[in-house]
Amino acid sequence: MDSKLETASLTRVVGGEPIVEDVSLRVATSTVLAVVGSSGAGKSSFLRLLNRLDEPTAGTVYLDGVDYREVDPQELRRRIGLVPQESALRPGTVRENVAASDLIRDQPVDDERVAKLLERVQLPNAAERDVEDLSGGQQQRVAVARTLYVDPEVLLLDEPTSHLDSETEARVEELLGDLIRTEGLTCVLVTHDTAQAERLGDHVAEFEDGRVVAEGRPEEVLA
Amino acid sequence: MTDPGLERVLEHAADPVIVTGFVQIAIAAALTAVVLGIIYARQLGFEREIVAMAVRGLVQVVAAGAVISLLLAAHLAWAAVVLAFMIVVAAYISYKRGTALPGVFGTSLASIGFGAGLTIVAMAAAGAIEMTMRDLLVIGSMVIANAMQTNSLALDRFTGEIASNRAEIEALLSVGASPDEAVTEYVSTSVYAALIPTIDGIKSLGVVKIPGLMAGMIIAGENPIYAAQYQFAIMLMLFAAGGLTVVANTVLLSRRVFTDAKQLDEAVVDAIDE
Repeated sequence: MDSKLETASLTRVVGGEPIVEDVSLRVATSTVLAVVGSSGAGKSSFLRLLNRLDEPTAGTVYLDGVDYREVDPQELRRRIGLVPQESALRPGTVRENVAASDLIRDQPVDDERVAKLLERVQLPNAAERDVEDLSGGQQQRVAVARTLYVDPEVLLLDEPTSHLDSETEARVEELLGDLIRTEGLTCVLVTHDTAQAERLGDHVAEFEDGRVVAEGRPEEVLA
Repeated sequence: MTDPGLERVLEHAADPVIVTGFVQIAIAAALTAVVLGIIYARQLGFEREIVAMAVRGLVQVVAAGAVISLLLAAHLAWAAVVLAFMIVVAAYISYKRGTALPGVFGTSLASIGFGAGLTIVAMAAAGAIEMTMRDLLVIGSMVIANAMQTNSLALDRFTGEIASNRAEIEALLSVGASPDEAVTEYVSTSVYAALIPTIDGIKSLGVVKIPGLMAGMIIAGENPIYAAQYQFAIMLMLFAAGGLTVVANTVLLSRRVFTDAKQLDEAVVDAIDE
């Protein structure tokens, strides 16, 4: 199967300590790579390297076979969208957050797309609601819609349900699973929850001290 | 004695009004001593700082008076030298509010030089500041001091905004925003916050306070209406200089908090957090 995203000996050293070390992974088109590991294993640091929010100390990432350092970082981040661990919404309405990528450059907002995405994340008719009036789970779904608004080819999810209560977590997870399958998205999901990795992942990589210590099908790695 | 400048300083130093000045200082110092007494009695613990502040202030301001006295007799070109020196000192004092930002002294120097310098030159060319050593130094120093204060406030706010909104900035970068676009809101907030004292000063003109320059002109016997008009013109000059300074500096700095790959610079964020 074709690799949509591929990392080659990806390494990041901070203060002399490697936080991501020599990671080489492939993510096939329209599949989900679940990255698991304990807290501090380097999962989120790895994810931040994938859309170049941080700079690798060594190694690189290939998107459709092209070294991502040859792509303008802005274009790259539109193609590889990251949903951060905390929703990081700005004060304002849901619409202003979902369409943030247009509003910050004074482009007209595609309201039809906003409405469609809000339907997809199960927040219909919420466009004019103040984000401060939303629950944590709803804010997280707005953050997902904000990323999907730019129509990325790859979706990076950083612990998308870690801040939610168990009931909301199940709903958001179900929604994400549904979105990924129906949109045919290529996805890298970072999670500390191995059960979630098993439910959503086609492929699992386990991190420890910044390195991949196990990799394969969920039933192989998480058994 | 052949040097007219020195002669003038000595003439000023020998003026009987100097004795009056010391008497006035003594009266004001007596009031300060009361405050010091309260601070000491209540063990607030900063009486040393007050004494040091007062002594330092007295020495600085008397020295400044003597220098101005000397300069009043100097060639007009010296005004440019002195104002340039003031701009350098202003940038030095101000940049310490944002030492975590790379190259902040240089950008502060360029920005205060641009904001205050352009305002002084434009107003002098238009005749709003008389081309005399007295007006250039007095009004020029006010403009530079205000630009410095505005710059300090902007640096302080800007670093705070970057530190507390890192996640929001990176969320915008993650949907393809340019560095400028990702921080534009925080730049605007910083510029506005820095200008609040000047804006409030203009709003309260004549109602809450009679500003120093206007008060001085009235005491010196100037027509109060003209004194008010001139004060207003000065306030607008201060606003213009402050505004130009902080807009320039935040634009220059907002690029420096990002790397070439349009990432929020980890080293800058860490330095702000420290």
